[in-house]
Amino acid sequence: MILAFLNLTWPTFASGLALGGVYALMAVGIGLVFGVLRLVNFAYGQLIMAGAFALAFGSQWGFPNWASILFCFGVVLALSVLMDWLVFRPLRGHSPAVMLVATFAVAFLLQNIALLAFGPLGKSAGALAILNAPWDIGGVFIKKIAVISVVTAAGCLLILQLLLTRTPLGLHMRAAAMDFRTARLLGVRANRVISGAVIISGLFAAVSAVMLSVQELTVVPTFGTQDTILVLAGVVLGGLTRPVAATLGGFSIGFANGILGGVLPADQSQYLPSLLFAMVIIVLLVRPDGLFTRGGSAVERV
Amino acid sequence: MNLVRRAPELLVPALLILGTALLGLAVSSYLQAYFLDTLVKVSIVVALYLFIGNSGVLSFGHISFVALGAWTAGVLTVPEDQKRVVMPGLAHFLVTTNVGNIVSLALAAALGGAFAFAVALPLMRLSGLAAGIATFAVLEITNNMLTYEQRIGPGLNAFSSVPSTTGIWQAAIGALICVVLAYAYQRTRFGRMLRATREDPAAAAATGISIYRQRLLAFTLSGALAGFAGGLYVHLQPLQAGGLHLDLTFITLAMVVVGGAGSLLGAVVGAIALNGIYSFFQAATNGVDVFGWNLTVPSGTAEIVLGVLMVVVLILRPDGITGGREFSLPRRRPVADLEKARATT
Repeated sequence: MILAFLNLTWPTFASGLALGGVYALMAVGIGLVFGVLRLVNFAYGQLIMAGAFALAFGSQWGFPNWASILFCFGVVLALSVLMDWLVFRPLRGHSPAVMLVATFAVAFLLQNIALLAFGPLGKSAGALAILNAPWDIGGVFIKKIAVISVVTAAGCLLILQLLLTRTPLGLHMRAAAMDFRTARLLGVRANRVISGAVIISGLFAAVSAVMLSVQELTVVPTFGTQDTILVLAGVVLGGLTRPVAATLGGFSIGFANGILGGVLPADQSQYLPSLLFAMVIIVLLVRPDGLFTRGGSAVERV
Repeated sequence: MNLVRRAPELLVPALLILGTALLGLAVSSYLQAYFLDTLVKVSIVVALYLFIGNSGVLSFGHISFVALGAWTAGVLTVPEDQKRVVMPGLAHFLVTTNVGNIVSLALAAALGGAFAFAVALPLMRLSGLAAGIATFAVLEITNNMLTYEQRIGPGLNAFSSVPSTTGIWQAAIGALICVVLAYAYQRTRFGRMLRATREDPAAAAATGISIYRQRLLAFTLSGALAGFAGGLYVHLQPLQAGGLHLDLTFITLAMVVVGGAGSLLGAVVGAIALNGIYSFFQAATNGVDVFGWNLTVPSGTAEIVLGVLMVVVLILRPDGITGGREFSLPRRRPVADLEKARATT
């Protein structure tokens, strides 16, 4: 009843959930690195862009789909480890503002390298397009990719939760996120923890790249940039200092993006970004410490 | 005495601008475009510096004020008969209103300042990442509106038919106005109070400084200068909403940070140096002669060089080329003398 009133249909709802799931993964990827390095990685979108280009090239070269996806994972992981080695590592200990501007520079750099190498028109990533076909679920047609995105995101988050709570590496990461110096004094190996965070963050970027490229079909050098800005806003909205809050923030903004995109009348859909960012500003003003955080200072960050 | 010692702080940036302008007069009109562009970038970067440098708070939103200034000055100066061609959807009262070059620049500054004030009223309560994201949101909203709102401008099209009144003198005088105002501001008690909040917010607040009010004032002033710079920019070349977005935000931030965010000299040096390098590589896409050796690079190299340069400077010299210091003459009394004097008393 309410759904019909808002011009909201089940497929729109599903695509909102799907986008929310992908954004939640990206939020975790950004949040993990922030937890251990205190660095907001603006270049996260360019990791996704690189992964999407890898997929597009994979299908152009006639790779089977599993090989394209593997190639995408390889490229994204290699790039994130490289980024950590070349940029994040030398910047460790600098002020947060310097690190933020530096990742902004890396994002700009990677985007322009892609522009130089692949041109502004981009490549089509058609191999996985079959996933846009709908499934008939009880008389409602829902795109396969929407279901797959939701399930994959939930699975990834569950595995991460188990990793963080049930393994020594997870314990070390949580300790490092709470207090890096004390954790080191107690024998946590800084480099291993940081590499772990960077690699998991890269894995999530690769998964997001696969999901997003199915929905967008054409990969251009600015692929993922707008999504990253929204996710960053979502992460800060949710509360960067708590992992669950950051994830929920990412999910919320993705969900809002998907729903509003489907609900807005066609002649107003170009104002979707304005609407979303206006909501971001309002929420930030009301809850500057995050929507999903409670008071108290000693909180875990990963 | 103090005046003599302090004078170079303003004179050196001013001379750098004049030098750029004079070089621009000496070269061919094809190359002059790069010098004009550099002078306008100096204005934008100095506007950005006024807030970021003095407050120590990053803003990703200043290009919105540049864009609003450009739109203001552009809409009000396109000749009336051209308006219906360039901007068919323009609101009626804007079609019939026309002003001259100087008035359009003043209005651009006024609107830029008013917009910045309206934005800063709520946003300056935020700090840290929340503030950064909120200014980003302002940039996204402004860009989205200017791109699709045809009642206030050309929408997706380029801003053509704006009289190109930004010649070398207008560009140089504009940049000088920005530099003088920014210097005057940072020498007033308000500027000093804001700098105190940058160094130690808690201590500054304890001495009775309202961080919110000082940031509000600086943000508004810097928005006004940014609007003014936007006016200069639209009188220089046909702008597009897409060109006043992330790329320009990045390039101008890079100039502030690479030059040294802590000083006015840093902003001017950063803008001139980086825009010089950027222009060189842009010119090199059509081939340039370097000591008799022809250099041709693919387009896009300029951006890549800029990105690499910025990362390297941030890693090696996080305080920028100038280290955040103003220009000062070598001290006449070396430290050894000072210690001797101290020992005798």
